[in-house]
Amino acid sequence: MREGPEEKTILQDMPWPDEPPVMMPGQTYGTVTDTIADAVLKRPIGVGWLSGLFIAGMLVMVLLVAVTYLFIRGVGIWGIEIPVAWGFAIINFVWWIGIGHAGTLISAILLLLKQTWRNSINRFAEAMTLFAVACAGMFPLLHMGRPWLAYWMFPYPSSMGVWPQFRSPLVWDVFAVSTYATISAVFWYVGLVPDFATMREKAQHPLTRKLYGMFAMGWRGSARHWKRYESLYLLLAGLATPLVLSVHTVVSFDFAVAIVPGWHTTIFPPYFVAGAIYSGFAMVLVLAIPIRKYYHLEALITMRHLQNSAKVMLATGLIVGYGYFFETFIGMYSGSTYERFMLQNRWFGQYAPLYWALILCNILIPQILWFPKMRSNTVVLFLVSLDVLIGMWLERFVIVVTSLSRDYLPSSWGHYAPTRWDWAIFLGTIGFFSAAMFLFIRIMPAISIFEMRQLLPEAEVKAE
Amino acid sequence: MAQIFHRSANSLARLSIIGVVVIVSVLLWAALEMQRSPYATYQDVAQAQPVPFSHQHHVAGDGIDCRYCHTSVENSSFAGIPPTKTCMNCHSRIWTNAPMLEPVRESFRSGKSLMWTRVNYLPDFVYFDHSIHVNKGVGCASCHGPVDKMPLTYEANSLQMEWCLECHRAPEKFLRPRDQVFNMAYQQPSSDNKVKFEGAEYTDQLALGNELKHRYNIRTVEDITSCSTCHR
Repeated sequence: MREGPEEKTILQDMPWPDEPPVMMPGQTYGTVTDTIADAVLKRPIGVGWLSGLFIAGMLVMVLLVAVTYLFIRGVGIWGIEIPVAWGFAIINFVWWIGIGHAGTLISAILLLLKQTWRNSINRFAEAMTLFAVACAGMFPLLHMGRPWLAYWMFPYPSSMGVWPQFRSPLVWDVFAVSTYATISAVFWYVGLVPDFATMREKAQHPLTRKLYGMFAMGWRGSARHWKRYESLYLLLAGLATPLVLSVHTVVSFDFAVAIVPGWHTTIFPPYFVAGAIYSGFAMVLVLAIPIRKYYHLEALITMRHLQNSAKVMLATGLIVGYGYFFETFIGMYSGSTYERFMLQNRWFGQYAPLYWALILCNILIPQILWFPKMRSNTVVLFLVSLDVLIGMWLERFVIVVTSLSRDYLPSSWGHYAPTRWDWAIFLGTIGFFSAAMFLFIRIMPAISIFEMRQLLPEAEVKAE
Repeated sequence: MAQIFHRSANSLARLSIIGVVVIVSVLLWAALEMQRSPYATYQDVAQAQPVPFSHQHHVAGDGIDCRYCHTSVENSSFAGIPPTKTCMNCHSRIWTNAPMLEPVRESFRSGKSLMWTRVNYLPDFVYFDHSIHVNKGVGCASCHGPVDKMPLTYEANSLQMEWCLECHRAPEKFLRPRDQVFNMAYQQPSSDNKVKFEGAEYTDQLALGNELKHRYNIRTVEDITSCSTCHR
C-alpha cells in the first residue's frame, strides 16, 4: 500500500531545507525492531516508571473511593443542582471524548492521506484514544441516578414495552460512543497483530512467548497474510474515518438540539470537532514528549512529528477561535435578548474569569506556535499543550455551566460549584488514564514496529 | 526452534470464534428469558399467608362480592384490605373453633392486624389508582385473573410495564360494561355470547370496546400512554 519509489523519496526527503526527517538516518530493520521491542522486553523497570505508576495508581484508588461513595449516597454528593444538573460529569465526558479524537485522526485519516509520518505516533495515539474513551464513558454512567440500570439506554426487547427515545441526542450519544469505542479497539488490536508476532519471536520467557503468541493469532507474516492484512487495515481505516467527524458532532448535538441560550447554535458540530482534535493533539504531545525522552526514541519520534502535531494544533485552534468569534457575532446579530444576555453573562457574569482564562489558554497563548523556533522547543511545546488541555476543559465548563445557570427565567437562575467529590472523580480518571498509559508502554510496543520498518529504504521494492 | 503452541491451537482458535458467538447469544437469550420469568416477576407464584385464605372458597363457593371486603376499590387508589372485623362478621358464627382460623381470632382479640403477604406488587415509582380503572370498565379479572379459582392467591399477570401498556395502547380490546366489572364469570362478547350494553347487543369485542371508550370518556391513547400518567 505504501510501496513505490516516489513515496519513499518523500519520506526520506526533507520538503524544506530545515525540516527534520521522519526517521533519523542510520536505522535498519534490526535497530528499529530492537529500539521498540527492547523498551518492553529488555529494559529493567526503572524508578521513574514505578513512581509514575504509583502516583497514577493512588489516583485510581481515589477514583474507586469516590465512585463507591457515589454509589452509596447518589449524585447529591456532587455540586449539581437544578438548574445546573450537568456539571462536572458532562464537562469531563466531553473533554475526554474530545481527547480521543486525535488518535483516530492520526491512525485513520492520516493513513488514508498517506501521511507516513503518522507511523511512529499512531500506536500510542490509538491507545490514548481507547483510554480516553474509557474515561469519558464512565461519566454518563456515574451521572445516572441508578448506574446499575445503564443497559436501559440500549434498545433491547425489554419488559417495559418501550424503546429508548430515538429522537434524543442522548440516545445517539450511546451509539456514537459505543461504536467509537468498538472501532477504536478493533483498529488498535488489528494494528498490533504483526507486532505481537515480532514480540513473540523476541521474547525469552516461555510464558511471555505464549501470551504474545496468543494475541498474535498465529501470524506468520506470509505474503498472503500481508495481502489480507493490508486490505483489512485500509477497510478499518475507512470505517474509522467518519467517526472522527461524527462522534463529536453527536456530542455537540447534546447541546445544540436543546434550546438553552448559548447552546442552540448551528456552529456547534464543526466547532466541537475542531476543539476535539485540538485537545487530542495537545494530549498526543503531552504524552509523546516525555515518552520519547525517557525511552530514548528521538530517532523514531523526531522533531518532524512534534512540529506537525503543533501545526495541526495551531490550525484547529484557529478554527476554534473562529467558532468563538461567530458565537459572539451571531449572539449580537440575532438581536435576541437572551442570546445577548448570554454573551454579557459570559463576559461579566459570575463565571467571567473562567471565560477570559479560556480565551487566554485556547486563543492567545497557542499563537506562539507560529514561530518555528517555538515549535522546535520541546519544553515550550509541552507547556503549550498542557495549556490547551486546560483551555479546552474550561471551554466545556463555560458552555455547560454559564448557560444552564442563567437561562430564560431569572427565577430559575442558580449557582454551580463543584464539590471535593467532583474533583476526586475527575482527578481519578486522570489517574486511570495515566495508569493505563504506564502499563501500556511496558506491555506492548508503543510504536508500530512493522509500519516503521516500511519506512526504511530496505523496504523499497526494487523492480529488476 | 520448537513450536510454541500445539497443532490443536489452530482448531481451538477457530472454535473460539463460534464459541464466543454462541456463548454471548445464549447469555443474552437467558437474560431476556429471565426478566420475564416468574423468578423475576413472581407471576403465578402462590404466596404463603398467615391464614391460608382461599378466594376460591369465598368467591366461587360463597358468592361474596369483591367489594364486600375490598370496600374502597370504587373510590380510592387502594382497593382496601379488610379489617379483621370483616372476617369476624361471619367467623364469629361459623367455624368458630377451627384451628386454622386461630390467627384471625387472635387478631380480633388483641386488635393487632393480620400481616398478609403482598401478592400484587407494583414499584413505588408507579402511580396506580384502582377507582379510575374500575369506573372506566376494567374488570377485576382483567388484571387479577380468575381470583375465584385461586385456593391461594397468586399474581395472575407479570405487572411489568409492557403488560400495562398492552391495555393502555388499545383499551378497546379489554373494556367491559361497568355493571360487569365485578362479575367473575364475564366472557368477552362473541357470536354465541352476546353482551348487552344500553339496549344494544354486541357480538364483537372491538365494537363494544370502542363504544365503551366513547361512552366512558376514556382519554386518547396519547394521554394514557404519556409517561407522566403513571410516573408522576
